[in-house]
Amino acid sequence: MIEFVQDNEERIFQALDQDVGKHPVEAYRDEVGVVAKSAKLSLSCVEKWMAPRKGDLPLVFFPASAQVMPEPFGVVLIMGSWNFPISLSLDPLIAAISAGNAVVLKPSELSPTCSSFLAENIPKYLDSKSIKVIEGGIDVCEQLLQQKWDKIFFTGSQRVGRIVMTAAAQHLTPVTLELGGKSPAIMDSSSNPTNMKVIAKRIVGAKWGSCSGQACIAIDYLLVEERFASDLIDLLAKTIKQFYGQNPIESKSLCKIVNKNNFKRLLDLLKDPLVEASVVYGGSVDEEKMYIEPTILLNPPLDSQIMTEEIFGPLLPIITLDDIYESIDFISSRPKPLAIYAFTRDEKFKKQILSRTSSGSVTFNDTLLQFLCDSLPFGGVGQSGFGRYHGKYSFDTFSHEKAILQRGFFPELEPRYPPWNSFKLHFIKLAYAFNYIGLILLLLGLKK
Amino acid sequence: MVKNSCTLAIKELKHWMMPEKAKTSLTTFPSSAEIMSEPLGAVLIISAWNYPFLLSMDPLVAAIAAGNAMVLKPSELAPASSSLLAKLLPKYLDCCSIKVVEGAVSETCALLEQKWDKIFYTGHCRIQIFYTLAPLQEAVGIWEYVGLGGNGRVGRIVMAAAAKYLTPVVLELGGKSPVVVDSDIDIQVATRRIIVGKWGCNNGQACISPDYIITTKDCAEKLVDSLKKELEAFYGKNPLESKDLSRIVNSDHYARLTNLLDEDKVSGKIVYGGERNEANLRIAPTILLGVPQNSLIMKEEIFGPLLPILTVSKIEDSFDIINSGTKPLAAYLFTNNKKLKQQFLMSVSAGGVVINDTALHLAVHSLPFGGVGESGMGSYHGKFSFDAFTHKKAVVYRSFVGDASVRYPPYTRGKLRLMRALITGNVWTILRALLGLS
Repeated sequence: MIEFVQDNEERIFQALDQDVGKHPVEAYRDEVGVVAKSAKLSLSCVEKWMAPRKGDLPLVFFPASAQVMPEPFGVVLIMGSWNFPISLSLDPLIAAISAGNAVVLKPSELSPTCSSFLAENIPKYLDSKSIKVIEGGIDVCEQLLQQKWDKIFFTGSQRVGRIVMTAAAQHLTPVTLELGGKSPAIMDSSSNPTNMKVIAKRIVGAKWGSCSGQACIAIDYLLVEERFASDLIDLLAKTIKQFYGQNPIESKSLCKIVNKNNFKRLLDLLKDPLVEASVVYGGSVDEEKMYIEPTILLNPPLDSQIMTEEIFGPLLPIITLDDIYESIDFISSRPKPLAIYAFTRDEKFKKQILSRTSSGSVTFNDTLLQFLCDSLPFGGVGQSGFGRYHGKYSFDTFSHEKAILQRGFFPELEPRYPPWNSFKLHFIKLAYAFNYIGLILLLLGLKK
Repeated sequence: MVKNSCTLAIKELKHWMMPEKAKTSLTTFPSSAEIMSEPLGAVLIISAWNYPFLLSMDPLVAAIAAGNAMVLKPSELAPASSSLLAKLLPKYLDCCSIKVVEGAVSETCALLEQKWDKIFYTGHCRIQIFYTLAPLQEAVGIWEYVGLGGNGRVGRIVMAAAAKYLTPVVLELGGKSPVVVDSDIDIQVATRRIIVGKWGCNNGQACISPDYIITTKDCAEKLVDSLKKELEAFYGKNPLESKDLSRIVNSDHYARLTNLLDEDKVSGKIVYGGERNEANLRIAPTILLGVPQNSLIMKEEIFGPLLPILTVSKIEDSFDIINSGTKPLAAYLFTNNKKLKQQFLMSVSAGGVVINDTALHLAVHSLPFGGVGESGMGSYHGKFSFDAFTHKKAVVYRSFVGDASVRYPPYTRGKLRLMRALITGNVWTILRALLGLS
């Protein structure tokens, strides 16, 4: 895998540029680099991860040993996504291989160049008897989902996630669903002007800097107090120009929209007249090249589609509140998101966010980084998915933890066996309470 | 067992609840990270009839320890236990957040139509409720499941219902837990342990009861003799009268089990037992020798007091027999041969494995208890219980110090170089890149 990405780096960059217009820096950061890092980590840690772990045993079981031994599930299905078509296919693939499984990888057909690149080149590097790449659209997915898998790992939308889980239920196949949701960012008043500039960069980077907002952990919308809104919008506008120039649609650093369907879906979000009226920055599009300019909206109606569905694109609604603490109720009254970002130095506010909201992850004063931490589980909760991976969690996601208890034939404890009587009941009660002294006394006939 | 779960939770909960610090690398420097456990929300626990108290209370204790609200739906096939739980739990537990809902298929349907944050299901599917499954299947819109054979049918329905709301599930199901008996062992001890795991556990009506035995042709006779001797020592000459044996739960199961015994290919293979008393729903401990592998008794989970023994020429052949079926909840091996033990551990997949004993792993809190493949998904007991009902939320703390411009557009080849180095997290690589040397 390491060789695969090293040998083919330029070709991968080209394929990503073709499918989503990704710049090599973004492509390295979010795709190639992620894969290389995972492969290196697995290589250095897999022996440690594979080793059986000892479990504690109470004395009453003596002599015995307890351990947990990871084993492969068997044959697994990985369904990748189109927005990070390389890393969201290969990262789970690395995990499945390190856990000892055979794998079928189904890359997304919405990123066809990457899909055929993987189909053509993976067999050159990996054993094609145990690792297969199958390309195709909905009909191929349906056929794959009818088969019996030992595990399915799916990255994609909630709608398809339901279909995958329903199909998995037919065979009692465990699943990991990496979905999405509306990941909010909160900004309070506790930051000084210097920090504000950094905050603006991090917000712009997290919205438009990752596949132009087409990322499961991109900032979906922003919550800020009314009195800071216009300064924030100015600062964001300035930062956008700094990153993407005067004409962002021409910028090579901005991804395009993946296809006509999504392009239309995003334009439709703006069609609602009240939503259209709330656009305060951007809004222009290039239909031929499928680019949408970074667009900011201020207070679109809360019941509009742009505020009820995951946006997955370069439109950023800003919702103003009287008091930033209201953001907690705002978020917790909505489906649990994959990520929450909070820019604040108020320790009390941080604690409230952590205890009164639920999300896959929370990041304070930055964005997207949780994806790069191998020691943190990456996954959703509620509608944003279940199961997790990255680091050792990847290995665990594709392993069954088999419990093993080993005993000898000696000694024998007579009270384990029928016929039952009150002595044996007493013995069992004492054994459960780990009352060793009581047990000894009972056995010696000194306890009634 | 429930008392122990409570004691353990009370003792360890503070420790379990504490956020776990996570290491961060140079890639995200400066930062700190932790993993915080939080409740999932409102959970549904559906329990089984064979251990109606334990399989309701143990998950309940776990869900409470993890901070959830819950609805418990005890099995209607154990009605006295179900109504006792419904009557007593509200007297001891906060009934705003912990409710018991009694009922059968239609109540279960109604519950499964709701949106839960987790569903914990223990159970099996038995043929006698096949015709009553139709309303359940209709309610969750999965007509194509009607007619599916085998275990875990209700497990499938629960998971499909959960799929509507993307609800994660734990399914504690079952399967055919095999016992492989090698030669050169203390056969009396092995026999007693097999008996207590089989008939001593609700008369074979337990998810981890030994389902069938595989041994070599040479050992089979000795094993049968030993089983007969010890069974008599435990249950007397007239086991149908023994107070130490549970009865069969109801007439549907009684009919199912006698059906297994009466099948033509099997009825002549009984070497011990076989007595029944329909009025009292009792079946004596029954051993069968040499049943064909395509008989009903070898195709489905027995869940009763019938123990088939299969024979092989060499003991290693037993692994293929086990692996030709679906992965069981438990697998047992009695041996003194280290090599055989290793082979067994490496080649037989099961929820849990016990060497030289049966069923005990259930009581070890440091071991996860759950199935794999058709025997289920997810696990619990000990801290695994707490984990089953919590969400592990990743938290990253960052400051504004050290903002690397390499992160931001406009992108350049120079940034690419530095990005490469940063992602490795290696300090020398990063230094070289910063100095423009890579």
